[in-house]
Amino acid sequence: MAATQEEIVSGLAEIVNEIAGIPVEDVQLDKSFTDDLDVDSLSMVEVVVAAEERFDVKIPDDDVKNLKTVGDAADYIAKHQA
Amino acid sequence: MAKIRPSQGAPYARIMGVGGYRPTRVVPNEVILETIDSSDEWIRSRSGIATRHWASDEETVAMMSIEASGKAIADAGITPEQIGGVIVSTVSHFKQTPAVATEIADRIGAGKPAAFDISAGCAGFGYGLTLAKGMVVEGSADYVLVIGVERLSDLTDLEDRATAFLFGDGAGAVVVGPSQEPEIGPTVWGSEGDKSNTITQTVPWDDYRNGTPEKFPALTQEGQAVFRWAVFEMAKIAQQALDAAGITSADLDVFIPHQANMRIIDSMVKTLKLPEHVTVARDVETTGNTSAASIPLAMERLLATGQAKSGDTALVIGFGAGLVYAATVVTLP
Repeated sequence: MAATQEEIVSGLAEIVNEIAGIPVEDVQLDKSFTDDLDVDSLSMVEVVVAAEERFDVKIPDDDVKNLKTVGDAADYIAKHQA
Repeated sequence: MAKIRPSQGAPYARIMGVGGYRPTRVVPNEVILETIDSSDEWIRSRSGIATRHWASDEETVAMMSIEASGKAIADAGITPEQIGGVIVSTVSHFKQTPAVATEIADRIGAGKPAAFDISAGCAGFGYGLTLAKGMVVEGSADYVLVIGVERLSDLTDLEDRATAFLFGDGAGAVVVGPSQEPEIGPTVWGSEGDKSNTITQTVPWDDYRNGTPEKFPALTQEGQAVFRWAVFEMAKIAQQALDAAGITSADLDVFIPHQANMRIIDSMVKTLKLPEHVTVARDVETTGNTSAASIPLAMERLLATGQAKSGDTALVIGFGAGLVYAATVVTLP
């Protein structure tokens, strides 16, 4: 069953916490991965791959650069998840 | 129909000796920062690279190869005349014909061995090793010299802040010879030509000759796409090489991935869930990315510093422009 937006954001928070060590409560919809959460371009790839596995979604390289904020990623996942 | 006599090879092959050559000039990040707007901290955090070696005019592809080969031959305990094959993997020898392997073979005193160059980017060492093993087991050579050598500083755009800090120069060589035990496992290798644009030379030589563009060709890559492929797809290939050799990561002593970037190495180790006891080559910090030379250079350094020892079981995996890859399990010389 498709995850709700709330479940997606909390899942992303756990992933960002695991990869970049950012507290889960800091991972909010309006936060920028690079500017606010210290997730650089390479860590972003790790976040994306973990999100793909967790939410059963494909996020091609060309789309990764459009995912600036946690909200962007949550929307993308909600729209594309199987 | 005449009956053709089959060739007689060795039962198995092994790496008998390893040698490396690093150019004299050590280039710290401060020098890179003269031509790009970046910082030492940024370069280190994205690549783990602190210094790299850049070759002088005298440190040619042939010269560096000859130095590395001499050490590998001595380490193997054989003489140059016994070498029956010389395989050179390089993408940065600018005189395409004749193959530089022939000059190297002659100058090391190997007589008249089979000698040829191959182009397999950062997987070049694994490709050469696989060919050499085949030659020894098939019987067309007793001892084969495999050389990975690059002068990537010649193919670096020093004004490109994404790649200017990545590349280094050097040569690594191994001697592959006969063995009574299998000491080079099955190779898992392949290519993904549909991803050829992710790591490539900016323009072909003939475009440059014709004046478009005016800038000398250089290596360029799509960082995120390469990172994803290198970490997650190559971890699968590495696992397949372990499976093909009939071992698990618990049996490994050493992991020598192509020294592309420390971030790739760290993520691969995590993705592969390598046990704590496995020594991981991290030569990229002081050598940069030397493409085909990186695995034998890292192997030599691990052995020279005592971090690894002769007889250790090592997983080696190369991956790069093509895209191409090659992974195998070997016993260290």
